[in-house]
Amino acid sequence: MERNSDTESIVHAGAESGIDYTGKKIGMWLFLFTELLFFGGMFLLYSVYRAQYPAEFHAGAQEENLLLGSINTTVLLTSSFTIALAIAAIRRGSRTLSMYMQLMTILFGICFLIIKYFEWSAKISNGIYPDSQLLLDMGKGDILFFSLYFVMTGIHGIHVLIGVVAISIMLVYTWRGAVSKNSFIRLENTGLYWHFVDIVWIYLFPLFYLVT
Amino acid sequence: MNAERASRPETAYVRYVFTWALLLALLILTIAIAKLSLLASYSVIGSLFIATVKAGLVLMYFMHLGHEGRIVKGMLLLAVAALFFIIALTFSDVWFR
Repeated sequence: MERNSDTESIVHAGAESGIDYTGKKIGMWLFLFTELLFFGGMFLLYSVYRAQYPAEFHAGAQEENLLLGSINTTVLLTSSFTIALAIAAIRRGSRTLSMYMQLMTILFGICFLIIKYFEWSAKISNGIYPDSQLLLDMGKGDILFFSLYFVMTGIHGIHVLIGVVAISIMLVYTWRGAVSKNSFIRLENTGLYWHFVDIVWIYLFPLFYLVT
Repeated sequence: MNAERASRPETAYVRYVFTWALLLALLILTIAIAKLSLLASYSVIGSLFIATVKAGLVLMYFMHLGHEGRIVKGMLLLAVAALFFIIALTFSDVWFR
């Protein structure tokens, strides 16, 4: 009953403002499933090569900075929390709170990218980057581990950057009133994207920093 | 179920706080298990299991999957099943080659 009346009230509100709420929501989920399979291909590569080169992947994971990885995981989990609050706030009609929470999410996203920058810089200054002589002189397993590390965290980082830009646009929409109590689907879909990026990191973290 | 709650079941802030706290607790747990080698040879399965619990929490309480209709749930099942079979079939190929 709870769900029905909730959906009905949203559909009703959407019909009044000319927005196809359900259609937009399904469209976003559909997009996220293509993203899931996109990242899935890389997780497949990781798992197969890990099975073939367990010792090299074990050694590679010990090279990673667990402290920075853990801080980044905390940052991203907290950003998921703040964007969820931003959506709940706008649905309650608390526009200011929603804007603060969106701003927090943007800052957490930028913080994640800055920490990632330091992690990558440390690796690159140690001579480990795609096609570097040091890496090419290592064995196949090491090359695969670090290549997958750069590709997977890099593409994930691009997703974080896109999310930061999308939430910034939502912040402007909320400020102007285009995102409001009665029309919040754009913010909600942006939130879905952000949570998805968080879920990808939830799997990347143990695979690159913990699994030994 | 009173009308007030029924009209906005996804806006209770306290639920988000609990979910966030639980996610951080699971993060600490997964680091502790890996660092203290509590699960020994099962550490891969253990950390992936905890990751899946975390992903499930995000899906259910942050993304409100429970409030979505059958179409979205069905599509999710299809996408996850496709990924599972792709990985399982590739592994069977690599293993028995």
